[in-house]
Amino acid sequence: MQLKKAKRRTNWLARDWRLYVMLILPVAFYLLFCYKPMIGIIVAFEKYNLFKGMWGSPWVGLDNFQFVMKMSDFSSALWNTLWLNLLGLAAGFPVPIVLAIMLNEMKSIGVKKVSQTLLYLPHFLSWIIIGGMVLQLFSPTSGLINATLLKWGWIDKSIPFLTDGPHWQFTYTLVGVWQGMGWGTILYLSAITGINMELFEAAKIDGANKMQQIWHVTLPGIRSTIVVLLILSVGQMMNISFDRPQILGNAQVRKYCDVLSTFVYRTGIENHKFERATAVGLFQSLVGLVLISGANFVSKKLGEDGIW
Amino acid sequence: MMQNKTAEPNIVMKKPRIWTMPQIILTLIILLISLTCLLPFVNVAATSLSSKSAILSGKVSFWPVEMDTRAYKAIFSDPAMMRSLWFTVGITVVYTLFSMVLTILMAYPLTKKRLAGRKFFNFMALFTMYFSGGTIPIYLNIKELGLLDSPWSLILPGMLSTYNMIILKSFFTALPDSLEEAATIDGANDFQILLQIVLPLSMASLATLTLFYAVGKWNSFQDALYYIQTKAYQPLQLKLYHLIKGSQAVDIAAMEGGSSTVATDISESIEPASIIFATLPILIVYPFVQRYFVAGVTIGAVKG
Repeated sequence: MQLKKAKRRTNWLARDWRLYVMLILPVAFYLLFCYKPMIGIIVAFEKYNLFKGMWGSPWVGLDNFQFVMKMSDFSSALWNTLWLNLLGLAAGFPVPIVLAIMLNEMKSIGVKKVSQTLLYLPHFLSWIIIGGMVLQLFSPTSGLINATLLKWGWIDKSIPFLTDGPHWQFTYTLVGVWQGMGWGTILYLSAITGINMELFEAAKIDGANKMQQIWHVTLPGIRSTIVVLLILSVGQMMNISFDRPQILGNAQVRKYCDVLSTFVYRTGIENHKFERATAVGLFQSLVGLVLISGANFVSKKLGEDGIW
Repeated sequence: MMQNKTAEPNIVMKKPRIWTMPQIILTLIILLISLTCLLPFVNVAATSLSSKSAILSGKVSFWPVEMDTRAYKAIFSDPAMMRSLWFTVGITVVYTLFSMVLTILMAYPLTKKRLAGRKFFNFMALFTMYFSGGTIPIYLNIKELGLLDSPWSLILPGMLSTYNMIILKSFFTALPDSLEEAATIDGANDFQILLQIVLPLSMASLATLTLFYAVGKWNSFQDALYYIQTKAYQPLQLKLYHLIKGSQAVDIAAMEGGSSTVATDISESIEPASIIFATLPILIVYPFVQRYFVAGVTIGAVKG
């Protein structure tokens, strides 16, 4: 009996050892570059000293958090993060849906292919490239947009797209919508393809015109995609990319363009206040985790697929 | 497609009329929106080829005014810029290779239901999508590992994307089990099955992921900004960032007959020229690879 048990144990190892060998490298990667840094979170509770390292630095409890919460830079970065994300969601969320429906209604395959190729293009370019382009296009005097508007006499003096706070936030949002609109259509287009064609036929026989078909067949057909993507974006409210605000931002609009990611970079890596920046990062991660769990919960409650 | 009038049931092959008035309007709107994705580049390209005075007076729209190619000459004769280009190519190739190997090695065993500990490894990967140490602990980790200011800091930390791993896993899972069973009966082991059966059958998905990784690396700049000090290790995007932010300049002196007058002459076109210079590689391969990406996104969304 004993022998049989031992044999069974060696059996799966004898059978699967190759699979475990495969896992060695990726698991080592996860441990070394994903899980090991998590230990570094303790820096947030220390008075970090570069020479003493994270194990030798004195423990200060929640002091760093208290200090950071009182910083006016932090609260403005936090609100800017939420505000810019909210603007991006409000302005940017419906655009791919409308665009996908329009693309789907197009009969000419050739034109459709060409426009899709163009629409996806911004997604493949770095924010540095897009940023450089935007800085040039929106520049006050020589930029194409201001120059054109001035020439046509629509405006008397150039619009401070990048140098005035609220204008900057407008430009930031606009560029974000522009960059994401084409790529965002892909999921909706594939959802539309999944709708049963008979439903359209039935609607047509019932005398529904194009708009009615879209309203009563297409939109309900992609409802679950819309709901899941919307909930996911709400779950991402605390996350903001680094590249876009960093390249578009400038000193003149600091109060409007500083967000959590740029704040962490400036505080931690530029000014070496590692413990404060780590505290901000941890705060952001924890709130983010709560948001995404909440989003997942709501999604499941609504009868949609969760994300886990 | 089904627009044939029901009143004429006898004409089966009647060519449907495509260009109705609503279709024309729709097409025009879509083309207009699509053009907004192209015209900014045309403007940047036109600016990069125009003279300083034309640029400053806002005369350049979509065609070069007073053609001047010296900005490109300056870029191509700046050794630092060219070195950065090749450095970026090298980093991208090595990174993509490493990434693909790791992604395959993680995804394949996880498709095996019989694997003891599969749930554990799966969770280990998924958890990192929702929680991470954060910018600074990751930075300190790189520092501790002695990778700061080394090209490896641009390659190793982001090697495996859990998102891409899940995409590949769902590709593997979709393959018919019978193929592997047959191979097992023939005495093939897991290495052989992976190399000789699974991978050759997944070429399309492997191509997609290769492109995902390569474009991601080509465009990345955050890691370089955080970890790299040495100028020789600056990837193109970081160089471009400094150029745009005005904290670095292209070395005009290296240009043939380069002088301070040339420097002032091309001061306005050097930045757009650099943007085009860094975008060109992507623009060249983009039309060919675009459809692979689309396939990848759709599959990835099935189980995100």
